[in-house]
Amino acid sequence: MNLSCKEASRLMSQAEDRKLSQGERVMLTAHLAVCRACRAAADQFQHLRRALRRLFDEPR
Amino acid sequence: MSADFHAQLEVLRPYLLRYAAVELRNREVAEDCVQEALVAALAAPASFEGRSNLRTWLTGILKHKIVDAIRRQSRERPVEGLEEDMGDLDALFDDTGHWADRPQPWDDPDAALHQKQFLAALEACLGGLPPRTAQVFMLREHLGLETAEICKELGLTSTNCWVLLYRARMLLRKCLEKNWFRR
Repeated sequence: MNLSCKEASRLMSQAEDRKLSQGERVMLTAHLAVCRACRAAADQFQHLRRALRRLFDEPR
Repeated sequence: MSADFHAQLEVLRPYLLRYAAVELRNREVAEDCVQEALVAALAAPASFEGRSNLRTWLTGILKHKIVDAIRRQSRERPVEGLEEDMGDLDALFDDTGHWADRPQPWDDPDAALHQKQFLAALEACLGGLPPRTAQVFMLREHLGLETAEICKELGLTSTNCWVLLYRARMLLRKCLEKNWFRR
């Protein structure tokens, strides 16, 4: 079964918060391999985490 | 306890207040948390000894006070389910589940992390999130709590937690794209 971008984006987010099942990982990997837009969004989710940690590193 | 130590703590008050306000979205509660943290720090200067960074130590104390305040709030005003309309999330995709506006890679996102204006844009985007969504996201990404702890503190199911975190990420990436990466 192929994931839609909407379903893939949900799993990309949940991957930041819980361990995906093996089935979910397989489907997500297959989707990301062919979907440039979802790859970009997945990178951006991770970037958000770095940015949030950075937000209060330095007093302004 | 020295007056000097007291003065060093006071210097950090504005930073702590900003930190708490982003998390709590309520100036008064944020001020109370900061005050409690400073009082706790003053009462236990010995626990700072041997640590190198006063701000890190104080922020650690403040985090506990913030979580306590959020716990109190959710006990006083428990919320059933998700409370908020999720229409903003549905609008990001078309009926077939494709992106309505396809994400593009961002130009040098790591460099942005070192720019004050980027961090200000991020803070503004955070301020634009629906309150409960923002709170869950900040507990996860700012305070670094695990989803299970967040669910427990706020009385949410894990599914609700994941939906709110998903919504926060989707709205934030969209906001940053609009206000920073594709200006």
